[in-house]
Amino acid sequence: MSETKDKSLLSGREYIGVDKIEGALVFVSKTHPVGYRELIECIDREGNPRLGIVLESSTNFVVAQIFEGTSGLTLPGTRIRFSGKPLMISISKDMLGRVFNGLGQPIDGGPAQRSDIELNVNGMAINPTAREYPRDFIQTGISVIDGMNTLIRGQKLPIFSGNGLPHNELAAQIARQAKIRGTNTEFAVVFAAMGVKHDIAQFFIRSFEESGVLENVALFLSLADDPSIERLITPRTALTLAEYLAFHEDMHVLVILTDMTNYCESLREISTIRGEIPSRKGYPGYLYSDLAELYERSGMIKGYQGSITLLPILTMPNDDISHPVPDLTGYITEGQIVFEREMDGRGIYPPIAGLPSLSRLMKDGIGEGMTRDDHPHLASQLFAAYSYVKDVRNLASVIGEEELTPLDHNYLEFGKEFEQRFVSQLKDEERSIEQTLDLGWEVLRTLPVEELHRITDEEIEKYYGR
Amino acid sequence: MIMNERIIGQVKRINGPVIEVMGITDAEMFELVWVGREHLIGELIKLDKDSAVIQVYEDTTGIAPYDPVYGAGMQLSVELGPGMVGTIYDGIQRPLETIREISDIYIQRGISVPSLNRGKKWHFVPTVKEGDTVFGGMVLGTVRETENVLHKILVPPKDHGILESLVSEGDYTVEDVIAVLRMKDSQQKTLFLMQRWPIRVQRPTKKRLAMDIPLITGQRVIDTLFPVAKGGTVCIPGGFGTGKTMTQQALAKWCDADIIIYIGCGERGNEITDVLTEFPKLVDPRSGRSLMERTILIANTSNMPVSAREASIYTGITMAEYFRDQGYHVAVMADSTSRWAEALRELSGRMEEMPAEEGFPAYLPTRVAEFYERAGSMETLSSDQGSVTIIGAVSPPGGDFSEPVTQHTKRFIRCFWALDRNLANARHYPAISWLESYSEYLGDIESWWSEQVGQEWLADRTEIMELLHKEVRLQQVVKLVGPDALPDSQRFVLEVCTLFKNAFLQQNAYDKIDTFSTIQKQAKMLHIIVTYSRRGSEAIRKGATLIKLRKMKVYQDIAKMKFTIHNEDLSGLDKIEARLERSMDQLEALHV
Repeated sequence: MSETKDKSLLSGREYIGVDKIEGALVFVSKTHPVGYRELIECIDREGNPRLGIVLESSTNFVVAQIFEGTSGLTLPGTRIRFSGKPLMISISKDMLGRVFNGLGQPIDGGPAQRSDIELNVNGMAINPTAREYPRDFIQTGISVIDGMNTLIRGQKLPIFSGNGLPHNELAAQIARQAKIRGTNTEFAVVFAAMGVKHDIAQFFIRSFEESGVLENVALFLSLADDPSIERLITPRTALTLAEYLAFHEDMHVLVILTDMTNYCESLREISTIRGEIPSRKGYPGYLYSDLAELYERSGMIKGYQGSITLLPILTMPNDDISHPVPDLTGYITEGQIVFEREMDGRGIYPPIAGLPSLSRLMKDGIGEGMTRDDHPHLASQLFAAYSYVKDVRNLASVIGEEELTPLDHNYLEFGKEFEQRFVSQLKDEERSIEQTLDLGWEVLRTLPVEELHRITDEEIEKYYGR
Repeated sequence: MIMNERIIGQVKRINGPVIEVMGITDAEMFELVWVGREHLIGELIKLDKDSAVIQVYEDTTGIAPYDPVYGAGMQLSVELGPGMVGTIYDGIQRPLETIREISDIYIQRGISVPSLNRGKKWHFVPTVKEGDTVFGGMVLGTVRETENVLHKILVPPKDHGILESLVSEGDYTVEDVIAVLRMKDSQQKTLFLMQRWPIRVQRPTKKRLAMDIPLITGQRVIDTLFPVAKGGTVCIPGGFGTGKTMTQQALAKWCDADIIIYIGCGERGNEITDVLTEFPKLVDPRSGRSLMERTILIANTSNMPVSAREASIYTGITMAEYFRDQGYHVAVMADSTSRWAEALRELSGRMEEMPAEEGFPAYLPTRVAEFYERAGSMETLSSDQGSVTIIGAVSPPGGDFSEPVTQHTKRFIRCFWALDRNLANARHYPAISWLESYSEYLGDIESWWSEQVGQEWLADRTEIMELLHKEVRLQQVVKLVGPDALPDSQRFVLEVCTLFKNAFLQQNAYDKIDTFSTIQKQAKMLHIIVTYSRRGSEAIRKGATLIKLRKMKVYQDIAKMKFTIHNEDLSGLDKIEARLERSMDQLEALHV
């Protein structure tokens, strides 16, 4: 049969005219056997090529999605060229300091990327036995993160935010201040923007410029007015560069992905057009697997110097943490930093909610020899006490503050001190871990010593009494 | 053990991991297949005239129409034999360490490696002799697989006949012929140290036995309040961050099963790495050996192909049944069954099946039931006793237990450990809710407990459960009018419950002493707290005040006894109890 001939011979063949265009999808029939997820070029009437990949292939027809959108395409005038290989991008260390679109093409007016290294943007699953368990403490200089939701090198820790909350400021502050103490290894920031506005991208660029790190940053921008489909490839392109920098150039890479909610919406759009059976809120059933393919590309690997620390930002629609996007993200990532609108309203920055926030990798990265011996118990005590504060506040709102017991008044005082002094800090304030922990003890002193159930007698003697 | 590989058809359509095949001539349901020149592994899941549907266990990028599809002539199976313990497999039983030697840090496609090491020799000691009549499930001999595990070599379940030959004691690989069987129809059959079994078929046993022995986990809230029997089924549902994986790992570490099979199904890569780095260092409190010497890991992390996630559950349970057939107690931790259900949903969607609730296929409950029914305490074919306990984590979207996977799972399990978001937020771990959880095994195993720790255990447990439920009602009152409005006798109930939660239910997995409690320690601790409650309310009735009870010196000792008293030496608890009784006597003496 002629169809079983070597595919590469046919891959350059061009087809004129497509059968159907719907949203970002084009349907072509009567092609040679085309590979699943193969890269295609779709050439419009003006002769401009647009990239896409094959989503479904069969003996009768091929469905492909076009990243640059389908606007202006016509049925008879569109030409399709199949490449016979998956979407690869050309990668090099020189990409640092540059700005690209979601497909890795430069948009800063500089020359196009030249490199011999071409990598598949989809990446591959890391063998779990090759992973190194992350345990190096990253000092972000932000008390509520360092002290209670410690970030670890190689971790994936998302920020669950809402519209209008200062997640961009926090991400920029982390990118500026993050350091491993006592080391001076090369670092890089890979920044991917999906469907965010121009001024937010500008805010990040300015922030990197001001702190003098712009030459260590690669930006991939697929902004709000770019075709929504491009957002689907943007984080993959960014992570492909991050993997190269971490595992070939031995760099420590911080990847910021914003805003994952927009990414998921693009995914839903494509899924709906293809007529797939939706699961929750119209999102496709494979949203979890798709997000995992991105998030699981972070980490550390045995025998390699570099690391990828992932900081995805997502805005919770209607501040609802049980919405599919934050919900599925939380199931994949190693904790979450949750913003609270009420705290923001009271002028507390960063408005990080104490209780729902969590760092899963914290337990192995703190304590003696890593941060300080008292850190684990102190953090646990602060959580326990703050959780009780919430109960007392609820009670006070019903029966009035006057009716509370003296102990409960202590707790209210603690809650205030904790939020005003420990959590709250300036946008350019950088606290060392010692300052953070000492501050923790200071606010704990508003409570009587009998209440500190989670702290050992030695620690009380050493730190509480000071 | 040569497979009968042949071309069975050609690819017609590719949609993610689901591939339609045309031109099928001979193929069987659930046959193991390979797709394309790269030989991607798959399984045939639907037959329709001359076409079929295959789910592929690897990334299908690049597969094109007209690519060849090869059949293996057998169903997707696991290899069962020495060398499984201490190994980490992917969802279709490929050893990940070996894959790493071939393809470095990433899992490349089309890698074919045997599940069991072909070169390694095992020391086989026969326990039967030539000329013996043997039947399926009978023990032919043993192999010392690890210090902890004596691997019994079994006659495959369906075989029956006279042993024509049997090798003598010595070292053999899993592919060396160790015996030749003359079957009834006078056909010969060769036996090896290993055998194969299709993963979707339950291994046969003689009969089900009553489940009256608990699986001791060392976790107080589980053993004392919501115990599970050996051979039982448990569901742990909880939203993200409530500690499902922490609980599963604590059980894998400390429960008193002989073999642990830990299935990481669609979860985080680093969690598997955590187990891999931590378990070899941890010492099994009963055998004094490394925990890895009784553990088999199956890791199909969330970024690995979705269809292998679906298979990983069956791979794990089949291995568990094989060890059960050797007379062992096996515990299977499946983390998380929701990912497995979602894999079913994704594959069902790609096959364009009609969805039922929330897009899940209508056969979801059937699949869930089939899985949990493979648990049980059994009399094996060789009249031994073994059990498979299944502990399945469920990850309900949004932490809402009314979703289909939690609801259908609840129908087929008898023990429910509900994880509570509020407890987790207060860092109260294990965050198992004492109000929502239940165990139907309590009645079956209470006599075992009474034999081990004394008659009063059941009364103590009942009393504390009553107090916990009473507390809920009192808390509702407190929320309206404040605690001061309650009389001391009722405020004392709140006090006891707080003490019980902090000193007993909460357990620190990172504390060397507290991470595990023997049943003796648990029973004594429970008794001390219940005594404090009984004597204290009596004292209040006689006129003592709440402040006096709280300021008692022994109170602090009770609060910290979980950290201070070693499992090996419980005399400290007796001392605390004696001091408690004395303090109460003194207090009452003031109010006669």
